[in-house]
Amino acid sequence: MRIPDKTKPYRYSLWEKLYLPAIFSGLKVTISHFFKNIRKSPFTIEYPEKRRDYGNRYRGYHILTTRPDGSLKCVACYMCATACPAQCIHIEAAEHPDPNVEKYPVVYEIDMLRCVFCGYCVDACPENAIIMSNTYDMAYFSRKDSIAGIDDLRKPFTVSQEWLGYRPYFPEERKVDLVKMAKERGPVAA
Amino acid sequence: MDKKLPVWVRAQDNYAGKVELEHDVDIPTWIVDSSVSKELLSDLYREEKFDMLLDLCGVDYPGREKRFDVVYHLYSFSTGKRLRVKVPVSEDRCEVDSVVDIWKAADWFEREAYDMFGIKFKGHPALRRILTHEGFVGHPLRKDYDPGKRWQLEEDKIYKPVFLNLPPEEDSMFERMTINIGPSHPAMHGTFRLMAVLEGEVIVDSDVEIGYLHRCFEKMAETHPWQQVVPYTDRLNYCSAFINNVAYCKTVEDMLGLELPPKAIWGRMVLMELSRIMDHCVCNGTTLVDVGALTNFWYFFEIREEIYSLLTKCFGSRLTVAGCRIGGFQHDLPPDFIDLCKHLLEIIPPLIEDIDKLVTHNRIWLDRSVGISAISGKEAINWGWTGPCLRASGVQFDLRKNEPYYWYDKVDFDIPVFYGGDVYDRYRVRMAEIKESLKIVRQLVEQGIPDGPYAVDDYHVMLPPKDMVYNQMESMIYHFKLIFEGMRVPPGERYGYLEGANGELGFYIVSDGSPNPYRIKVRPPCFPIFSTFSRLIRNQTVADAIITLGGLNIIAGELER
Ligand code: SF4
Ligand code: SF4
Repeated sequence: MRIPDKTKPYRYSLWEKLYLPAIFSGLKVTISHFFKNIRKSPFTIEYPEKRRDYGNRYRGYHILTTRPDGSLKCVACYMCATACPAQCIHIEAAEHPDPNVEKYPVVYEIDMLRCVFCGYCVDACPENAIIMSNTYDMAYFSRKDSIAGIDDLRKPFTVSQEWLGYRPYFPEERKVDLVKMAKERGPVAA
Repeated sequence: MDKKLPVWVRAQDNYAGKVELEHDVDIPTWIVDSSVSKELLSDLYREEKFDMLLDLCGVDYPGREKRFDVVYHLYSFSTGKRLRVKVPVSEDRCEVDSVVDIWKAADWFEREAYDMFGIKFKGHPALRRILTHEGFVGHPLRKDYDPGKRWQLEEDKIYKPVFLNLPPEEDSMFERMTINIGPSHPAMHGTFRLMAVLEGEVIVDSDVEIGYLHRCFEKMAETHPWQQVVPYTDRLNYCSAFINNVAYCKTVEDMLGLELPPKAIWGRMVLMELSRIMDHCVCNGTTLVDVGALTNFWYFFEIREEIYSLLTKCFGSRLTVAGCRIGGFQHDLPPDFIDLCKHLLEIIPPLIEDIDKLVTHNRIWLDRSVGISAISGKEAINWGWTGPCLRASGVQFDLRKNEPYYWYDKVDFDIPVFYGGDVYDRYRVRMAEIKESLKIVRQLVEQGIPDGPYAVDDYHVMLPPKDMVYNQMESMIYHFKLIFEGMRVPPGERYGYLEGANGELGFYIVSDGSPNPYRIKVRPPCFPIFSTFSRLIRNQTVADAIITLGGLNIIAGELER
């Protein structure tokens, strides 16, 4: 590899030395953009009247999903809290009166100022109990307000589809026979 | 050199029994006694032509008699070889010889190792803290330092500048004056503090203080499971977060010996090139704003905005994408991915052309940037430069071509090189690289998305798909084990590297087989580049210092970790 030990600065071309031609060609560009922007709206948007469409995977404010009877799907298994890289989920569990459901959360809090909106909690949940919406404009007057409890996070599960953000997907092509695979690989071992 | 030590080492008596070869490692590794380390390293520089010190860091093994390892990563431009040199030192004689007079790049790296581990470097011109505050007590990356510990910063212990190259004062028209710019000054692009000694308007010497954005990434990584480190890597070079994700995941995948499915590789390549475009857009856009060329900024940011839209549709976030997982992606690419890419390929080239017409040949910009803070290729290498800045100094070095990874040897692209080594050529390299990256993306898009899975189906590494977790017992167990116990990486170490937007982005990872990484050292490309800043701006004016900083593309998140 050739490694030069001197620098060779750029030599101006005649076009550049003349100064004006380049200025005019630049002006042509800006003027053409001016007319283009009059014809069609520019790429900036008038927030908050208009919002950008961030697609249906946006990682925003969390939602705790509910069963048809309105109770939380969450079984307080602490998987999301364990997976959270920011350690911002706080759960307190209690025994559920219904014997079919083992536990439920009495306290479920997410500190939105600590949260990095990575979606690991959604990936970790085995019950589809926590998903995300595409709400991103959160602002608080005090740190206390930023801690979202069950009431803030509980939203009816029938929210419109446009409102939902990051949540589990069901890709078709990865449906391999896991039982067979596990047998081939041997027992689950670290 | 891989199997046996070279003759010149074996022939010298003073190396007898003091240089050993380590076996079963990713790159050739020598373990060297600290009494001969300096001698050996300077011999390596001369005999084996290791002209670049890529990285220097410490690793702490509290159980060992010689507690610390000082690890040097070397690269040779003439032979293309890499070498790792480890120098173990004990806690009570925690000292090695400084190598600043061989490689200038060692200056800041040694200060960092001192700051983080308390390893002293004999002969360093001014060994002092670099990333932590002056009032900090202890050395944070030592294993016995509690990660949860907090310090109250004292105002009287502030950084005092050290001017090492101050020429003697001569009779001059002007009186000398020291000025301070930053840390929160709009021209400093982040939070750097520049203290410059001026004579009139000319900087005769300067010193920079960094560390305002130090978030102890490396310590945090040691307290998190492997997969959970990914969101942290986003926050290194936040202008091209995706490249950091890939660099980290790729290194761990190589440690695990995982073979990625073609779709994951394809997707990573496309998104990495788009991230590179984005990074160059931000760098060139803001540099030009510094000289008052504001219009092009909107054009550059239109490109960036559109690429962000694509990233949001893929991973759900704009800046901190956290898109990769060790083993592939967490989710499949969206079904309209190809169409979105085609849309980008349509709108980006005309915008780049417009910017070219607007500024590249504009005399005002040329007069401001040509010949400013020029550095030759040879000197840049000694300072540890890589990436676009080095290519602007005439060295045709790009890891995508020199040591191809993924499918970079299968796509057709060029490495733009310019010879000015100045601000203008750094700008031109980036403009040319945007076009080359578009070329790569176009070829990949024409090739089409490969069929198949988007991640490995090894459920000791990746979470199984959700529908299987809900419905199958085995998947549930895998899921449960992975979340609560984390994945394991076999004990060992690896230096993984790829071409980041700023240069060689390296991850030196040590694993001890536990659920968390034992040590992660990032080699941030802009760290050695920024250490050159004082040298670059010497005898330039203050205004030139500002555009020099813009043109180097220093990203505080990556610099200070
Ligand atoms: S999005 Fe990430 S940081 Fe936020 S609660 Fe979930 S896991 Fe934690
Ligand atoms: S992982 Fe799901 S079910 Fe378990 S505690 Fe979290 S939200 Fe509840």
